[in-house]
Amino acid sequence: MTQNQTQTTQSNKIGNYLTFIVLVVMVLALAALFLAFETFIGGDIVTAGVLAGIGLISMSLSVFLLYQSRRATAAVKIDVPKVMTTVECQNKGCGNKIIREFQRGDYVFKDLETPCPKCGGKQMVTAIYKEVKEKEKTYAV
Amino acid sequence: MSFIPGSDSISQIISLGMYVFFIIFIFYGQRIQMYIMVREVENSLHKLRVIKDEGKKITIEAIKEIGKPTTDPTPRVERYLEYFTIGPQSMDPAGIVSKLDHILDTRDERLKEDVKLMAPQLIGNEVQINNLENTLEAAMALNYIYKVVRHFYIQGKKTLSLYVIMQLQMILPLVMKEAEAYASALKAFSYGQPIGDGVGPLIASKLMHGYEIRKVPKDCVAATVPFEGRTALVLKAEGPGGNVGKPGDAIETVIEENEGKIACLVMIDAGLKLEGEMVGEVAEGIGAAIGGPGVDQYKIEAKLTKYKIPNYAVIVKEDIGDAVSPMRKEINDAVDKAIDRVRDVVRERTKEGDKVIIVGVGNSIGVGQ
Repeated sequence: MTQNQTQTTQSNKIGNYLTFIVLVVMVLALAALFLAFETFIGGDIVTAGVLAGIGLISMSLSVFLLYQSRRATAAVKIDVPKVMTTVECQNKGCGNKIIREFQRGDYVFKDLETPCPKCGGKQMVTAIYKEVKEKEKTYAV
Repeated sequence: MSFIPGSDSISQIISLGMYVFFIIFIFYGQRIQMYIMVREVENSLHKLRVIKDEGKKITIEAIKEIGKPTTDPTPRVERYLEYFTIGPQSMDPAGIVSKLDHILDTRDERLKEDVKLMAPQLIGNEVQINNLENTLEAAMALNYIYKVVRHFYIQGKKTLSLYVIMQLQMILPLVMKEAEAYASALKAFSYGQPIGDGVGPLIASKLMHGYEIRKVPKDCVAATVPFEGRTALVLKAEGPGGNVGKPGDAIETVIEENEGKIACLVMIDAGLKLEGEMVGEVAEGIGAAIGGPGVDQYKIEAKLTKYKIPNYAVIVKEDIGDAVSPMRKEINDAVDKAIDRVRDVVRERTKEGDKVIIVGVGNSIGVGQ
């Protein structure tokens, strides 16, 4: 058996243990909820509340664990950010600025062969940067 | 009197169940906790494997697209990904820097030669060779990260040690962040886009653009630029190919050319930010602002000490992810702020007519001069 196969078998074993435990907790939670309902009908509201609380907490915990262990195969993608190139006209009187998508072969301070659409002057790449602003969580400290 | 509380059978079953669970958790709580951690590590390992495989695919595609090889480069790429470098023996540390320097030079040459073998049509096109070499190095880093995480994961499971798994699980968020950064870098390198680490060379380029440029050893360029009434010798790694050069050698050469008559050295680099700091913040300090294995820093410090030249540093803050992925707008916008800071340093610390060296440290990918 290869190392990878061994690894998969072991991980399945662990997964099965966890699933078994979670399922037992789930059954107990259901029984607690059922009992809470019966106790409530019987008129003991306090005990019913305690049992319902235990049942709900156990149920949500087991659902969470089950969800956690089952999302392993979620698809993973490599994000390719949008990169922009700034092209500026070198004619000081014109100063035309174009921002377009990055093209292979662009680099900062590259003299472009295409003339400025406004004045026909020489154009140069002046900046290349990632456009997408990454959302950063801020913490009030 | 019954040991199991409750008046009916259902509540007795529940109470019994609770007892059983309580006992199970006393004896097996740690193991259950470990299984949950193993699951988390497994998920991350799965992601790492996908990122690593994708990295290899992107690299092979880039070689095929740019290098147009006649044979399939896959076996050679696979061999390349497994390359390792053995550091010098440090029992007797005297002379270790030159030994490390030699090993790193050999590694660099070997990797470049291999890229040429993978893409023979690129011989003579240093820009593309450097870009492909950088792409391969990013794929190599991803491969290594995956293998190390897998090693500790298997070891943890083999020994069923909570502490091995726990250590791995604790550092995983940082490892994943680095792996995602390298994955993002792969495309940037294969397309030749500037990366966050290139902010130093970008600033140097802005200063030297339009002036006569000459090559200095190794893989660097220099220009003599009038700057605030002083003469600035501006240095950077040669672009626009992916290249960090050897700023240590370049600075040594320029200082020796000027017989040590240099008023100060200003180094500009990307600096790692702490959480809570803003990307693109500019800060100023003292010392050699340069990363890497330390060879260049050693050479610079030795030469500066010999001639008693003060060393100032200006850094643009960013995190590890920003450093190896395409340059963020905030970093690009920080260039002018950093130049103003260099101006202040030079004006305040030197006299008119002095000679200063300004070095933009970092990877010159996507940055010309």
